[in-house]
Amino acid sequence: MFTVGLVVNPVAGLGGAVGLKGSDGADVQREARARGAAPRSGERAAVAVRTLLSRRPDARIVTVPGAMGEHSVSAPHDLVRHQPRAATTSSDTRAAVAALAGVDLLLFAGGDGTARDVLDAVSGLATAPPVLGIPAGVKVYSGCFALSPATAGFVAAAFDGTTTPAEVVDLDEDLYRRGAVSPRLYGSLAVPAVRAALSGRKTGSSATSEGTVEGIAREAVAKMRPGTRYVLGPGATTMAVGRELGLSTTLLGVDVVERGGAGFGGVGGIVAGADVSEAELFALVSGGPAALVLSVIGGQGFVLGRGNQQVSPRVVDAVRDGGGELIVLATQQKLAALGGRPLLADTGDEETDTKLSGHVRVITGYRESTIYRICPASKEFSS
Amino acid sequence: MSASGESFAQLPVAPKPPVRRFHQARWDEPIIFELSQPGRRGVAVPEPGAPAVELPESVRRERAPKLPEMSQPHVLRHYLRLSQENLGFDLNIDVGQGTCTMKYSPKVNDGFAKAIADLHPRQPEDSVQGVLEIYARMESMLAEISGMSRVSLQPGSGSAAIYANIAMIRAYHAANGEGHRDQVITTIFSHPSNAACAKTAGYEVITLMPNADGQPDIEALRAAVGPRTAALMITNPEDTGIFNPRIKEFVDLVHSVGGLACYDQANANGILGITRARDAGFDLCHFNLHKTFSTPHMCGGPAAGASGVSEALAPFLPGPVVEAHDGRFILKYPEKSVGKIRPFLGVTQNIVRAYAWIMALGGDGLRTVAETAALNNNYLMHKILQIPGASAPWGRRRIEQARYSWQQLSEETGVHSEEIGVRAADFGVHYWTSHHPYLVPEPFTLEPTESYSKEDLDEYAAILAHVAEEARRDPEFVKGAPYNQTVHKIDMTSLDDPDQWAPTWRAYVRKHLSGKG
Repeated sequence: MFTVGLVVNPVAGLGGAVGLKGSDGADVQREARARGAAPRSGERAAVAVRTLLSRRPDARIVTVPGAMGEHSVSAPHDLVRHQPRAATTSSDTRAAVAALAGVDLLLFAGGDGTARDVLDAVSGLATAPPVLGIPAGVKVYSGCFALSPATAGFVAAAFDGTTTPAEVVDLDEDLYRRGAVSPRLYGSLAVPAVRAALSGRKTGSSATSEGTVEGIAREAVAKMRPGTRYVLGPGATTMAVGRELGLSTTLLGVDVVERGGAGFGGVGGIVAGADVSEAELFALVSGGPAALVLSVIGGQGFVLGRGNQQVSPRVVDAVRDGGGELIVLATQQKLAALGGRPLLADTGDEETDTKLSGHVRVITGYRESTIYRICPASKEFSS
Repeated sequence: MSASGESFAQLPVAPKPPVRRFHQARWDEPIIFELSQPGRRGVAVPEPGAPAVELPESVRRERAPKLPEMSQPHVLRHYLRLSQENLGFDLNIDVGQGTCTMKYSPKVNDGFAKAIADLHPRQPEDSVQGVLEIYARMESMLAEISGMSRVSLQPGSGSAAIYANIAMIRAYHAANGEGHRDQVITTIFSHPSNAACAKTAGYEVITLMPNADGQPDIEALRAAVGPRTAALMITNPEDTGIFNPRIKEFVDLVHSVGGLACYDQANANGILGITRARDAGFDLCHFNLHKTFSTPHMCGGPAAGASGVSEALAPFLPGPVVEAHDGRFILKYPEKSVGKIRPFLGVTQNIVRAYAWIMALGGDGLRTVAETAALNNNYLMHKILQIPGASAPWGRRRIEQARYSWQQLSEETGVHSEEIGVRAADFGVHYWTSHHPYLVPEPFTLEPTESYSKEDLDEYAAILAHVAEEARRDPEFVKGAPYNQTVHKIDMTSLDDPDQWAPTWRAYVRKHLSGKG
């Protein structure tokens, strides 16, 4: 009997689409709901469980009552005796993990904050089960996550007991909101040894690639047309694009800019929206030409769905309906570090991800580019 | 120091250990300019009977050149010492400098090069018919080897030949009213000079990354080609040693949108007499005579390159070219020539060396070169893959070289590929990783050309196996290498810092010694 435990952090990912860059703590979660955010981690956990059971119908799911697991499992399952409070906190995650300690594999849905709670709980157990993260948070930089919910299901189904250590990293959300990216290593978890399908720990921007980043920004601006709204995703590379336009854009937010025409004298431009929410972004890109300018998460290859959940399926559709393109920015080093793996889209809507798949132009420097494969994160699994 | 344990202390001499007890010379030798003493002179004895030549006043220098003033034995000693602090082909098993095609340069060919050393590039054509004939014959041999119609031997290096090719591509499109073609496509495993030359010539460069098999992604090429495509510039086999079996499809795809296909055959060592650029449809190609055709690399030049083109591109060749006319050889500028890539005809001494090398081997011999190189590579690969922690990504057959990975060893020991290379130098061999960016993690690239014996390859593999074993036993020891070398670790930052680098003594004095007394 293959027993799989499931813990869902029901508030994971809440802050993403509304531009809060995380969901740690009750205040942020309240603010996220006030801004119209809806939870999505339960749904992502359900995808993972369905995929697992389709491949391995004999697997027995054990989980926690309510939104912390039960709601994500439609098949027969067992419940452990842990009754989470209505508004769950990290102590609920830790208690649930402790209650599920005897399983063969523990799946958890959440982000880096959830991974830290799982790490804390597992460290206190006499025998720790292997774990695997279902990516559902805003920040998913730790190496213990599968590339997508479906991939988590595939990996769980293929699990033969062999494990490998994977790192748990997290950012301080307060610092992060103020524009600092400094992932901290918290420890490691034993995860199924299926390397390619795991996220790989995020690698930060390389200090030596500064000149290249400026070249990429210059090239991106050279390709911009006046009258088109350009959505700049988070990251140092896209921020350099803003700088090249003479604008002050945010490091971690999603911004919308326009290149100046003749009236602006020189390149120049305007910020049409800074650090926008999904709803603001949708309003800005609907009804006029727009394009997406996104960077790549180093080591993982995500272009959509990690740190930029504001760029939702309907935003992507609105941009495409207006004939707009997806412009990806990355250094050759960053692409090389992917080891031949494709770029990934995980907007949460597989149809949108599939529409984006194929080959995309990636600007790698001034008058330098490559054509690189992009595919839905759920499809990227080779075993 | 005690002599105990030294194998020569007793007779018979004890057998040699599995890896050589090498120690590089360390002469602590100054730069030659620092050895200069005012008034010190060497002597060049004039030819008997030759009249003394006085230069006319108008061409004489007003001040003597700032050359080091030294005596003959001091010059000899200085350069012998430097030669001992080196790891060139003639000293080491030079298979570690993959992609550079390090092979034996037969000494007899140096004699031929010496024989023409006194020719002057401005001599009248009538007085240099022999050397012009060598150019003409060399051109026709390289045309036969590549399948191309004409070949220019003017470029002074491989990169200069690539530049000549991109210049011809630009001129060809301009002549056809297609100057709007402003994109050049290359691959990340092609030599970076392709991207660099295209960019220097004003092109936007699209670099294709490999697919999961380590091959350039033809679907990406399909997405990349279009009305703006000027050319595809590609190496095959690539730096990985993997031959692209779909190369004809790549060429056809580029032709279908009106672009040209240019084959980087700098290293043609695995395909000599086996495949030809023109037969795969290429419009242009180039060779490095200092790689495939055995002339010395000359430590960065002057080497020699050769640019081959199809009939359609021939009018654009750099000039002058040598042509036979009424039983004699003349210099001529092609009709729409892109001009000069370097002064005069080419690096004649290397053309002569390469000509001699081809003539000595003949057509069958050239094919044997390629077959032997591929056999040596397969043998070495077999030996390397037996070393725990070494791998060859993609698991595919390689032709004449292979890009390997120490990823596993590095993960297990924390020792990086560069550090293994530095430690390997303690055993008297050269080692190289890869061009940047590293697509293969912890890379190393080995290319055993036809010049090495089985024992050479066994020794090289044994050195790497030994260092890998040291890395497992004592990683910090390997990281502390070298121990037996002329210099210790070098701070590489000066290579990337214009304020520090100094390719000449004058630059060194200006940047580092001025104002210091």
